[in-house]
Amino acid sequence: MKIAVCIKRVPDSETRVKIAADGKSLDEAGVKFVLNPYDEFAVEEALRRKEQAGAGEVAVFCLGPAAAQETIRTALAMGADRGVLLSVDKIPADPLESAKVLAAELKSSSWDLILFGRMAIDDYNTQVGTLVAELLDLPCVSAVSHLDIEGAKGVAEREIEGGIEVVDFPLPAVLTTDKGLNEPRYPALKGIMAAKKKPLDIKPVQPGTGTLEIAALTPPPARKEGRIVGEGAGAVGELVRLLREEAKVL
Amino acid sequence: MASKFQGVDFYQTDGLLSEEERAIRDTVREWADDNVIPVIGEAYVAGKFPMQLVPGMAELGLFGANLPEEYGCAGLNNVAYGLIMQELERGDSGVRSFASVQGALVMYPIYAFGSEEQRKKWLPQMASGKVIGCFGLTEPDYGSNPAGMITVAKDTKDGWVLNGAKMWITNGSTAQVAVVWAKTGALDEPESIRGFIVPTDTKGFSAKDQKGKLSLRASDTSELVLQDVHVPKDAILPKSGGLKSPLMCLTAARYGIAWGAVGAAMACYDEAVSYAKQRVMFDKPIGGFQLQQARLADMLTEITKAQLLCVQLGRLKDEGKSTPQQVSLAKRNNVNMATDIARETRRLLGANGILAEYQAMRHLANLESVYTYEGTHDVHTLILGQEITGLSAFN
Repeated sequence: MKIAVCIKRVPDSETRVKIAADGKSLDEAGVKFVLNPYDEFAVEEALRRKEQAGAGEVAVFCLGPAAAQETIRTALAMGADRGVLLSVDKIPADPLESAKVLAAELKSSSWDLILFGRMAIDDYNTQVGTLVAELLDLPCVSAVSHLDIEGAKGVAEREIEGGIEVVDFPLPAVLTTDKGLNEPRYPALKGIMAAKKKPLDIKPVQPGTGTLEIAALTPPPARKEGRIVGEGAGAVGELVRLLREEAKVL
Repeated sequence: MASKFQGVDFYQTDGLLSEEERAIRDTVREWADDNVIPVIGEAYVAGKFPMQLVPGMAELGLFGANLPEEYGCAGLNNVAYGLIMQELERGDSGVRSFASVQGALVMYPIYAFGSEEQRKKWLPQMASGKVIGCFGLTEPDYGSNPAGMITVAKDTKDGWVLNGAKMWITNGSTAQVAVVWAKTGALDEPESIRGFIVPTDTKGFSAKDQKGKLSLRASDTSELVLQDVHVPKDAILPKSGGLKSPLMCLTAARYGIAWGAVGAAMACYDEAVSYAKQRVMFDKPIGGFQLQQARLADMLTEITKAQLLCVQLGRLKDEGKSTPQQVSLAKRNNVNMATDIARETRRLLGANGILAEYQAMRHLANLESVYTYEGTHDVHTLILGQEITGLSAFN
């Protein structure tokens, strides 16, 4: 099993982000960055597939700034064999430009599986994985929450509105991974120490500017302060009245 | 779901850590968030060590993490080891104590004073959590004065025979193996103290759970009784000799305690800050009142100082330059400040502060033990006094 996993460096969801002075990017000072949580499912799945097969390779690819080496090393600490940083100053706003760079890199070798997280938790675009599949002319299943692979055939399940969709696909394929697929492992301490000794190639790339531009970032409007109507059963009447007449949700 | 613990880093002390050290700290932090925090309050009230945590701790490589990889350990430096202790104690002192005893008090002496056969036999099994160890030094009448111990080991033609009793033994009832310290000569010869590896299923060895603890409740604390316990000749740790050997173990463990106390303090501070911002009294969050702000400012100051102390001590230890007196200073300062912070957090939380649902009172009660164990606060004061003046106040 030869598996490529594409990962992204994103701000930790626990971090309070601030908008930078330019009004269209994040102020990265003091922000903790982590491996995108959906990508953790992809790394874990790749490692399990390789472990089951008893042989193979798990290579991680990351488009990002120099600091993303740390993100790659998180995946290496979990057990991936090698990493490639497609080094840019700034990740393009247009997902197609990111996808083109990744596809160009992935094309240079053959993979049984190419895995992505379903989406990155910073921009929520949900696009790069499927775009790469299209650019490489490979079958693609997105948001996979269960996976079986037998020889050169796979069966994936996707959670869709009101049910589960079961998809058959041939390998090689591109999959994007969703919650529920697996429980990502903690990197063992020995793994963390070993990660630095694993190969990590840094390749400068120049993505196009694309057709998408971020015009402005604004925080969501502050939530109005709540109000306690009363306590116990006696308050129900008043609560219903307010929900109907004031909030107009009933 | 409770939000993830973010740590306290007012002075960018993270910048003093390497990428690996931070990664190790973050991994253990996340593991503790997922595994310790959800169960510890209940375990504490029930008075039981959460044994289900042991396989996960072993899998991460937390036991004897600063011992070499050839014995199945993680081979980390001492700063990384300290950060592990910090994050475990952020969960609970009992969980950190378990790891401290396993690593610094049992695996370390087997590594430092054991034969190659003993190392190969015990260390990998202990790193993988298959064998749990305990450390028998303290006796009912000899705590701060271990040189007076009355446990003896008699050399006979078919092995050693041990007799005596040990008290306040963490992991005592859980352990499969004990490192027991005993005098091989006369009772007035502390230089005859040697270490012995004693499997706890040996005839004549018994452990009794210490009942009625109001501190370290999520930890096994036991009394050991050795009555004509026969062990083979090769049960002795060949390179151990005199009281210095067990004291070296204690220095190793108390180094971890200095870090652990920072973890407990950070847990309390974190709780205090979030409570102070949310709890409304007199129409505003109590964090807006000067008295609470003074509490929080003091806490942050003390934690920041303790963090810097730990990192520098760890770096010295890695360079082989740290002294036992420096470790005494760090243990003494950090445990004391953590106890103060736990108490102030308990008070800031008002009535809620006495509940197991919050952390402060559990940490406070735990830290009262930590204040006393591994060299009491007072004994460390005297160690420093002796270091400063050249005059011993012990005798």
